Amino acid sequence: MKDIKKLIEEKHDSVRSLFEKGGKFEKWYPLFEAQDTFALTPPDTTKGMTHVRDAVDLKRVMFTVVVALIPCLLWGMFNAGSMYYQHSGLETNLFATMFRGAWIVMPIVLVSYIAGGIWEVAFAVIRKHEINEGFLVTGLLFPLTLPPTIALWQVAVGISFGVVVGKEVFGGTGFNILNPALTARAYLFFAHAKDMTGEVWAAAKDGATGATPLGLGASFGGEGLNVTDALADRGFTFGSMLWGLEPGSIGETSAIAVLIGAAILIISGVGSWRIMAGGCAGLAAAGVLMNLLPAEVMFEGEMVKATTWTNIPFFYHFVMGSFLFGIVFMATDPVSAAATNTGKWIYGVLIGVVTVLVRVLNPGFPEGVMLAILFMNVMAPMIDYYVVQAHIKNRNANLRKFTYAKG
Amino acid sequence: MPAINKIVLDPLSDNNPITVQMLGICSALAVTAQLPTAFTMSIAVTLVLCASNTIISLLRNVIPPKIRMIVQMVVIASLVILVDQCLKAFAYEISKQLSVFVGLIITNCIVMGRAEAFAMANPPKESFLDGLGNGLGYSAILIIVAFVRELLGAGSLFGKQVLPDSYPGNGLMVIAPGAFVIIGLLIWLQRSITKKYEEA
Repeated sequence: MKDIKKLIEEKHDSVRSLFEKGGKFEKWYPLFEAQDTFALTPPDTTKGMTHVRDAVDLKRVMFTVVVALIPCLLWGMFNAGSMYYQHSGLETNLFATMFRGAWIVMPIVLVSYIAGGIWEVAFAVIRKHEINEGFLVTGLLFPLTLPPTIALWQVAVGISFGVVVGKEVFGGTGFNILNPALTARAYLFFAHAKDMTGEVWAAAKDGATGATPLGLGASFGGEGLNVTDALADRGFTFGSMLWGLEPGSIGETSAIAVLIGAAILIISGVGSWRIMAGGCAGLAAAGVLMNLLPAEVMFEGEMVKATTWTNIPFFYHFVMGSFLFGIVFMATDPVSAAATNTGKWIYGVLIGVVTVLVRVLNPGFPEGVMLAILFMNVMAPMIDYYVVQAHIKNRNANLRKFTYAKG
Repeated sequence: MPAINKIVLDPLSDNNPITVQMLGICSALAVTAQLPTAFTMSIAVTLVLCASNTIISLLRNVIPPKIRMIVQMVVIASLVILVDQCLKAFAYEISKQLSVFVGLIITNCIVMGRAEAFAMANPPKESFLDGLGNGLGYSAILIIVAFVRELLGAGSLFGKQVLPDSYPGNGLMVIAPGAFVIIGLLIWLQRSITKKYEEA
């Protein structure tokens, strides 16, 4: 191990001068720097007196998120493979399923990393800043939100939009208003709606389609069944959706894999538990509230059946669709989320509430978590502003009480 | 008084009504899904701008300052109705597609803005040229946006298919948010070329 480290150090030192100012490849310094800090401890240290010195830099934070995503990625592969064999009717074993799944999923991940990486490097070189490790997460999060049937060129176009419009136009990592991975997904969602929603999310196998549980629920007309029975009819019970062997986006189908990731994020302190807890509370509360709606409503003088979606037990909302994945990995993005502790609660709760509202009440979109998070991303600075203002007002009021008591 | 060619050329880029002054965004989002509507709208707005600027400039010395807005409004509204009627008479199909947006030229901030900012203080010839320049600046952006949106959204130009049939279309470009993205990118491009920023 030590020898390898020494070897890398020697190699790096031997070419370092080429990339530094005045060197032959001065322009490509960001590329060298990225490789250098990835492999070795960065040589530069903080100067000046007041500075928090901490071993946890951006690179380690981002890497923790990547580790937390691994269970989702592995399950996503297994699920994609298992859907493939289920639809093709062939005999399979664990290894073959995993291999087939990796064969479907890995190209999507690779294309995302390569296409997005090219943009990252291009902007780093032109703007002369370092390549940011944040892309390690964005480049992996984005493919996990896509259906396994997605075309590879769409992956490339989507991640390009996410990196350029979602992040770089605002000035790069740390300045973005929206989560870049979700921006990329939203672009594909609106630009190529028919490849992104509903019936086509199935195995990556020609001609085989199967609706997702959410797609089924949203189009369910209520023919003498209640909605949970109708789902169970198609093989989607609470337990099966918890494990997640079902059609859906690559990374989101298994609630258990997401929960493992959530545990890693919370224990390491990288992801905010307040946002996650707030989101779950909001989702549950809104889900219960929906159950209280009457089954039939008056509309333009006629009794119309309200969507049977409203009757679904609230805990189903957790395992159907990508809510857990979104609230754990997307909503907790520290750049685009609310920054104050109270703000995080408000931000999380509202994501949960808006998700249910879009899912249940809007017939146009079966899934609402993406739109909910993007919407709350935009609202986050305002939430923070009012939380801070309220705090200042409180303090001032207390201060006044104190001075009156004294005088 | 500014030089003649500066009056006409300035609004094309450095003082563009849409990308720099941020006026007339509403119609730029609404009519740019296809080239024909964007083209017609551009002509209509340019005509109204030239005529309203000229007429208000001619009247500028007799308009009482206190009610100048109302007078400007009356002139602009009459001209817009004229353009609307002409469109209905000679290009009914296009006028139907444009629907309310021709009538809404009255509320287009560019027209009122130029009347107030330029025509009230300058002679008719310069005012006419200022209207022309601003009309062309508006048209340029509209046509660029419509070109991109129609090409990427439907794979066609002026209704004629130019991209192969296998092109799947881009749903984002068909809806108004697509125009927002395009205008945003245009502003980015323009500012990185001209290096002119309003912000400090």
